[in-house]
Amino acid sequence: MHDMSAPAHAAQAPTGFLSKHVFSLDHKVIGKQYYGLALLAAIIGMFLSWVMRIHLGWTSFAIPGLHFLSKNGAPGDVMTPEYYLQLMTMHGTIMVFFVLTTAPFAAFGNFFLPIQVGAEDMPFPHFNMMSFWITFVSFVVMVSSFFVADGPTLGGWTQYAPLSAMGSVTGPGQGLGVVLWASSIAIFCIGQLLGSLNFITTTLDMRTKGMSLWRMPLTTWAWFITSIMGLTAFAVLMPACILLILDHVAGTSFFVPSNLVVNDQLQPHSGGSTLLWQHLFWFFGHPEVYIAIVPAMGIVSHILMANIRRPLLSHRILVYSMGAVAVLSYMVYGHHMFVSGMNPISSIAFSFPTLIITIPATIIVLIWLGSLYGARMRLNTACLFSLGMISMFITGGISGFFLAQPSLDIMLHATYFVVGHFHFVMAVSAMFGIFAGTYFWFPKMYGRMMNDTLGKIHFWLTFVGAYCIFMPFHYLGLASNVRRYQAFVDDYLQPLIPVHRFITVAAIATGLVQLIFLYNLIHSRFWGKPAPDNPWEATSLEWSTSSPPPFDNFGGKLPVVYHDPYQYGIEGSTGDYVMQTDPQQIQTQGDEA
Amino acid sequence: MATTIHPPGAKEIRDLRPSNTSGNGGRRDRVPAGSELRAVQEYAPPPASTGVWVFVAGVSMTFAALTSALVVRKGGALDWRHVTLPSILYLNTLVLLASSVTLEISRCHVAAFMGGVKATTGNPARWLYATLSLGMLFLAGQYIAWRQLSAQGLYLATNPSSSFFYVFTAAHALHLLGGLFAMGRVIRKLNEHVLSRATLDATAHYWHFMDVLWIYLLVLLWMKL
Repeated sequence: MHDMSAPAHAAQAPTGFLSKHVFSLDHKVIGKQYYGLALLAAIIGMFLSWVMRIHLGWTSFAIPGLHFLSKNGAPGDVMTPEYYLQLMTMHGTIMVFFVLTTAPFAAFGNFFLPIQVGAEDMPFPHFNMMSFWITFVSFVVMVSSFFVADGPTLGGWTQYAPLSAMGSVTGPGQGLGVVLWASSIAIFCIGQLLGSLNFITTTLDMRTKGMSLWRMPLTTWAWFITSIMGLTAFAVLMPACILLILDHVAGTSFFVPSNLVVNDQLQPHSGGSTLLWQHLFWFFGHPEVYIAIVPAMGIVSHILMANIRRPLLSHRILVYSMGAVAVLSYMVYGHHMFVSGMNPISSIAFSFPTLIITIPATIIVLIWLGSLYGARMRLNTACLFSLGMISMFITGGISGFFLAQPSLDIMLHATYFVVGHFHFVMAVSAMFGIFAGTYFWFPKMYGRMMNDTLGKIHFWLTFVGAYCIFMPFHYLGLASNVRRYQAFVDDYLQPLIPVHRFITVAAIATGLVQLIFLYNLIHSRFWGKPAPDNPWEATSLEWSTSSPPPFDNFGGKLPVVYHDPYQYGIEGSTGDYVMQTDPQQIQTQGDEA
Repeated sequence: MATTIHPPGAKEIRDLRPSNTSGNGGRRDRVPAGSELRAVQEYAPPPASTGVWVFVAGVSMTFAALTSALVVRKGGALDWRHVTLPSILYLNTLVLLASSVTLEISRCHVAAFMGGVKATTGNPARWLYATLSLGMLFLAGQYIAWRQLSAQGLYLATNPSSSFFYVFTAAHALHLLGGLFAMGRVIRKLNEHVLSRATLDATAHYWHFMDVLWIYLLVLLWMKL
């Protein structure tokens, strides 16, 4: 008997359609499945944003066909105020969970983490398969809330109590809609926990010979740090959602205080704490936004190096900074609660680490920018999207400085300033990271090149479009435009409606531009130029195997690693780089041994 | 910046980076010149061992969240009513502790069996069956505790303290049920002679963690409820 658990691919490749393409144990297939799910979710989330934006610009406009989605929510195709909030809630939930958590982490991480550490597969392939299908079930449950009688919940992706906890008396979708939302998220948590389990164990135990921790690529570090955050954060959200479900279906009062009168009815709950929900939610919620962005940081770092043809200024400091961001992310969550009624002294306690967390984040950005200085860049689409991500992240980060201060947040909380901030720093940055990763890794995943010309057109139009959409949000917020409003009837908001209309037009135009990406993706998948093993002349292990990789990643012979993945700008046997698996030994003057 | 290639006989390496760069670009982790491949730890722990601790970390965070929910909900609540814990809980605790003892005994027996030592008496799995049985007895005892509580008129939604009692004990019971399935899997693998030490160790660690967690919960519920 042996001590080591047998790797997944000790047996042969699976045969049969179901075990090969549906219930596959292969991490590469699972990664592609996650990508497909994220793509579908992104399309749905974008469609929801279009419909929201049209309503905001032209409140009484009848959007053709909307009544098919909900007869009660859009009678005569005109959205009711409640339905706007319902669509807004689903937009946020679907985008944050099923796109931003799924694509950069679960999709690319599942596909490339084992390959980048030189493993045949993850150590628990059955759990890995389950994690995808559990996430898929979670998605189905979430989307099903569109089709129940009252529609989905309207409380925002944050589901603040007591609105979320009192049942259908508080509005359409607040009964079954909330139960479906909370059930979906609880199921999602389980899927992510199983995924994190695999990621952490792969990184610690499945590295091939010669792959020390400091020889791992920055993407692997990013996924490793993210999976630790995911393990701890999702494990807190799950019981919070279960307590919320119990408040709905079991008559408990975890989150609902006494003596609430809603619609002239005294509510039967008593004693609950609404702030408890916010603490539990944001303890998860803030690490969650870093779960969304840290993989994109790793992806951008990885892609930049291959395209500037030299190492970054300091890789260890970049890793330490990502780690510092992850650790600090647990200490800052109260900055979402500055005006919640919690003790103002707590606000200072949360504001301080919020300002501190900008330090490692800025270090990361400065490492990127400093590395770019004087570099001869290969401006392919992946590199452009990486640069775009840096731009979006800086823009979004700057607005964070203002929101980090309670005195300013009193004015800016729940305005469009916040919406602009998080869309730039999290949503668009991570989206650009996803696009960068797609254009970079598509050749490896599918063995075909994407069209670079179409990619560049996609980049420039999306880059300009994203700024057109989200930059005005800061102006709107400073002008006190409140968020989560379905219409702007107050006098002081009237002059801002043309701005909203401009944003709507930009949003629809930028959304339509994504059709270029979709076309490129699908066309290249079947008819793209065949890709060589290493089209980008990159150093990490995924480029040492074929495109696409064989079933067991390395054709039966695990690689041996001789170098770190930063060997750019040195003449090696294949060009101006040395791959991690190249047995050439190189020493540079002034270098540490 | 000059670079030298090893082994000798190969051509001189040229550094192709532009000369106006400063610093060494953060080059680290080079293979030392003329030396063997950098010594990297060859041994990695079995994934099952790492995996179980990762899982335990996640479960701990879940119960930490519920603990903080309890503390916050109790603080300043006017509707908090003291719940006397059903006395069977203390017997259940002894049952669970006994199951940990039988599990450790079974590990010794299984290790001897797997090591090729001729079995002294009987099936090496019998102590595992004992552990499994005690685990099931614990769950039955928890169910009896619930019945005792409901006989006093304390249900899930009666008051917040009873709510937390049911939530905590149900959460623990669900995780223990998972441990029972894991134990059953270990017994099956042992009977089929395909059990690896890592699997047994991981399951044992998880089981002991359930034990420690239960003691923590018992103290918490006794103090706070």
